[in-house]
Amino acid sequence: MSQGTGAPEPLLSVRDLSVRFRMRGGREIAAVTDVSLDVAHGECLALVGESGCGKSVLASALLGLLPGNARVGGSALLSGPGPGEATDLLAADEATLARTVRGRRVGLVPQSPAAHLTPVRTVRSHLAETVRELTGAKGQALATATVAAARRAAFPADHLDRYPHQLSGGLAQRAATALALVGDAPLLLADEPTTGLDRDLVERTVDELRGHADAGRGLLIITHDLAAAERIADRVAVMYAGRVVELTEARGFFGAPGPRHPYARGLLDALPERAFRPIPGMPPELGDLPAGCAFAPRCARADAACSTVPALSGTAACHHPVTAPEPAGCGIRSEGSRT
Amino acid sequence: MTRTPPALELRAVTAGYDRSAPVVRDTSLTVDEGEAVGLLGPSGCGKSTLAKVAALLHRPYGGTVHLGGVQARGWRHRAPRAQRTAVGVVFQQPRLAADPRLTLAALIAEPLRATGRKAEALARTGELAGSVGLGTDLLGRRPHEVSDGQLQRACLARALALRPRVLVCDEMTAMLDASTTAALVTVVEEYRTSTGAALLAVGHDRTLLERWCDRTEEMPCTAAGGPPLRSRAPDPVSVPGFGPEAPSDH
Repeated sequence: MSQGTGAPEPLLSVRDLSVRFRMRGGREIAAVTDVSLDVAHGECLALVGESGCGKSVLASALLGLLPGNARVGGSALLSGPGPGEATDLLAADEATLARTVRGRRVGLVPQSPAAHLTPVRTVRSHLAETVRELTGAKGQALATATVAAARRAAFPADHLDRYPHQLSGGLAQRAATALALVGDAPLLLADEPTTGLDRDLVERTVDELRGHADAGRGLLIITHDLAAAERIADRVAVMYAGRVVELTEARGFFGAPGPRHPYARGLLDALPERAFRPIPGMPPELGDLPAGCAFAPRCARADAACSTVPALSGTAACHHPVTAPEPAGCGIRSEGSRT
Repeated sequence: MTRTPPALELRAVTAGYDRSAPVVRDTSLTVDEGEAVGLLGPSGCGKSTLAKVAALLHRPYGGTVHLGGVQARGWRHRAPRAQRTAVGVVFQQPRLAADPRLTLAALIAEPLRATGRKAEALARTGELAGSVGLGTDLLGRRPHEVSDGQLQRACLARALALRPRVLVCDEMTAMLDASTTAALVTVVEEYRTSTGAALLAVGHDRTLLERWCDRTEEMPCTAAGGPPLRSRAPDPVSVPGFGPEAPSDH
């Protein structure tokens, strides 16, 4: 891959990551296939794609949180703990992950934080437990560190004694972010951190996450919200049917010249502020992928060449990448449909 | 011009989950025949509560709901089924809205079966599924075996099964990616074009609702940033453009 090679050693370096789930009846689900990407210090990489394309499985794989029927291939090197050292997150045993990685070197900002928090405990209790577990602080030091942890994620101190159901979506998100930041992990994984939040809160949440990246952390944000990705990301990786089909600079992806992969282009064209035109058809089943390019059945540019899987060359994995911007299409509704 | 009664009219609705601190206060809203109205507002301002009242699923403390000029009557905690069938509803979270034990086929056909139209249920399930882009191979599956987008398509097909004159979409696409969002909006618009049904789309995505609907209404929230808590002093919610700004009676 071209990205990251000129830069200093990346914080996270994923190579050929594949995840397969074995199901009953010998069926196999190809959730993630041959994903390679890097995240540098102070950089935000947004992983975008339709629901069910394998984004969240990738995050679970990096944290060693996959269920027992999963088989993982490839490597994911996280730099550290010492200089020049690296830990392969996919090869590390559970004890290593539990004691040295989760929370300490990789922080997880979860999807639907209100569901992630324990409903019968206050935010202070959540934070105190995490602080005690990660730093060993006790007594007054623990209380002080708990308040400091809340402050770091801009969680208001006077709300610390509230229960999750008493928090708004935005505050629940900050509580979850505060938990992810306790261990001062250099890498943050944010799995759909903005789902269900309204636009103002989405913007505030991603701006706060961006601030943590600007402070030197690496941030891998998984989202289907393209507006959020545009606001926060330095680079964008588009996933389709378990593969990264485009990996490029965010500015060129959302602005000119635009994405090169027809799927990525279709995804942007579906936005209401653009053509508002859906990609025809639905994504393939991960248990029953077509041979060759998985997007070919939905793609206007597909031909015989698409019966083989295209490699990621340059920024897009496509036999017929878009080179010039296409004229914008008309909206999905004509004026005649209005009453 | 003789004015046809609006498809949906909420008059001075006050509703919520605690009489002493209602979430929606004295709010009026009109959706004309064939019109698409978007209702915008921050989280916790009472949009979804108002949507539930409009769908006759939540009995308001005060005010009235009129469908095609006829007032909904006989509320218990919701209105009688005969009136509710005129309104189709799609909720935000298909995983919570869909019974996990039903196959998608049974889910889509349930409104027809529940209203005693079993033969029609068998005949129309495939057609309804096709209209939302669901292949017949998916119809035998249960919710945990399909994606959010596929399940929401099934929930939309279910909402259209009784050919409602009014469709209420409460954050229908908040969980979905851009392409599925555009696809579901296309399905709703095709249905409305062919039937002249009215739409109340509730959401917080201004760009989407302004693109989708004929007009949008704001539902401002003085308790911005969170749902009203019992401990918080009740905030009067007045909605400019919704009708008279009546002072709170509390």
